[in-house]
Amino acid sequence: MSRRPGPRHLTAARLAPRRLSLADTLRVGSVGLRTRPARVLLSALGIAIGIAAMVAVVAVSASSQAAFNAQLASVGTNMLTVTPGRDFTGEPAPLPRNAAEMVRHIAPVENAAATGSLKDAKVYRNDHIPKAASRGIGVLAAGLGLPRTVGLHMAAGAWLNGAQGRYPAVVLGTTAAENLGITTPGAQIWLGERWFTVTGILKKAPLAPELDSAALIGWDAAKTYLGFDGRPTMIYTRTADSKVDQVRGVLAATVNPEAPNEVTVSRPSDALTAKQAANQAFTSLLVGIGAIALLVGGVGVANTMVIAVLERRGEIGLRRALGATRGQIRTQFLTESVMLSALGGIGGAALGAGASAGYALSQNWQVVVPPWALGVGVGATMAIGALAGLWPAVRAARLAPRAALSGP
Amino acid sequence: MTPAPAGAAPTGPAPTEPALVELEDVDHVYPGGVRVLHQVSFRVDRGELLAVVGPSGSGKSTLLNLIGTLDVATSGTVRIDGHDIAGLTENRLSALRARSIGFVFQQFFLADGVSALDNVADGLLYLGIPRKERRARAARVLRRVGLGHRLDHRPHELSGGEKQRVAIARAVVGDPPLLLADEPTGALDTTSGASVVELLRELNAAGTTVLVITHDQELAAALPRRIRVRDGRITEGVPR
Repeated sequence: MSRRPGPRHLTAARLAPRRLSLADTLRVGSVGLRTRPARVLLSALGIAIGIAAMVAVVAVSASSQAAFNAQLASVGTNMLTVTPGRDFTGEPAPLPRNAAEMVRHIAPVENAAATGSLKDAKVYRNDHIPKAASRGIGVLAAGLGLPRTVGLHMAAGAWLNGAQGRYPAVVLGTTAAENLGITTPGAQIWLGERWFTVTGILKKAPLAPELDSAALIGWDAAKTYLGFDGRPTMIYTRTADSKVDQVRGVLAATVNPEAPNEVTVSRPSDALTAKQAANQAFTSLLVGIGAIALLVGGVGVANTMVIAVLERRGEIGLRRALGATRGQIRTQFLTESVMLSALGGIGGAALGAGASAGYALSQNWQVVVPPWALGVGVGATMAIGALAGLWPAVRAARLAPRAALSGP
Repeated sequence: MTPAPAGAAPTGPAPTEPALVELEDVDHVYPGGVRVLHQVSFRVDRGELLAVVGPSGSGKSTLLNLIGTLDVATSGTVRIDGHDIAGLTENRLSALRARSIGFVFQQFFLADGVSALDNVADGLLYLGIPRKERRARAARVLRRVGLGHRLDHRPHELSGGEKQRVAIARAVVGDPPLLLADEPTGALDTTSGASVVELLRELNAAGTTVLVITHDQELAAALPRRIRVRDGRITEGVPR
């Protein structure tokens, strides 16, 4: 040291503490994190679990919503169905035989098709199966235009053609085929006490789930072999998108002009939407649980910081002796708390995004991780870190240097 | 304006230059009413090397806290480097400690898991000096105290004597006029203790005022000036 002793007057005005640079603030704030990695990892894990849960729930829900929207777009929302209601005595009120034809006469209706339920007909894999084991497959007489109206697609084989509609031929819904153990067309099944040949198997029908578990035969074949009375039990219609409400208003009166109140009209896409909305409502509950986990994580961080302040009294005293102001001590511990928490937040966001991406892929959904969820997640952890660190930091700053240095 | 000869206490009447440390009629009472200092007055000029010596409970630690501006006297005047402590705000006291006082403690207070170099560089942190310069100056000072080969060693890899040298380097890296050493040899064996005292002498010879607080009579006897404290009163050493 070359300094020579001599007068060195510092006026009080020049005695202003220097500010730490941002880099130094972060460096000092991370001292505690670097020297106690195990404890840091565990405290950050608490926060990470909370954030991972919330991000995963939001992302899974967003992916599911995206998949649902795509599905709805592909099946369309312009299908209306008509089913028999009940008359004033409470008895089922059957639809008129020509109901489908009447519906087709409504101008904006693009097409319509009917099915008629054959309640007494049962379906078996072969004629040796005991009568009681009918597996809940319903037999429906179907108009030939049904696939076009409902938007059915074949998983295998073909839909009934005009000739097959008059002969013992059958198309199976996806669940029905599965229950019967039939995977390829050409097989014979025992339907209504006689053999029918399977010509095709349908794909899943999201708008008409009742068809999934059905065995569909031609309208005429139903009359010829199973004594079908020709009364439809369900009419499917497709309407120009802009006219759906209008058609809905006149459908009942068209089908049954004498008793329109005995007819039930519904829009299957509404049911799908309602079901999806119910799933989404469940999502907010899960997000709430994630938020609780996050709060518990915040308490963990606060606990870690309180312990850190108790353990590091010597360090605090030394820093005060080196010239740290109370504000600088407070900033140090606050920074440490926010960094600790942010560490958990970033880890948790990555974990949650990864988990939800894995789940979405396993469901064949498009992966949607909303950026706002990641941003809000990490932001929330930093806020929690600041909140959790506030009290310990204030305590650290209030510690008298004399007491801090004489402590253990 | 005559610079005091290094390592020797001035012998004449009070010089015209203001004292580095000046206490006037200082009383100190701890909360609860324990009176630990009674009318203490003394001054330390620039360039001195002295010991404040006394048994435990004599009030010497309180003196260290008051001179180090870690505590404020109940009554009386404490002036450090020309500043009346009672008139300074908390923040100005912090700035005064950063610039004018280097501390050395019996327990070293080195940061675990941090290299000797960075421990010493932290001595400049609160002076607002950029990191690169902090480290460069820390390396220079460590070489001066004979630890040029230990820059990257962590405290647990150093001997007690080496740790205290690192702590002394940290205290003087900011070139403060006053070095306060509280029982600097208290945790060391005789050989290490002697080498630490030797280092303090060297620093004093280079111009730093060194005030050692100790209960060790032998250590105190080896220094040019002693202020003895007992039961909160000065019993020897004032006036010089």
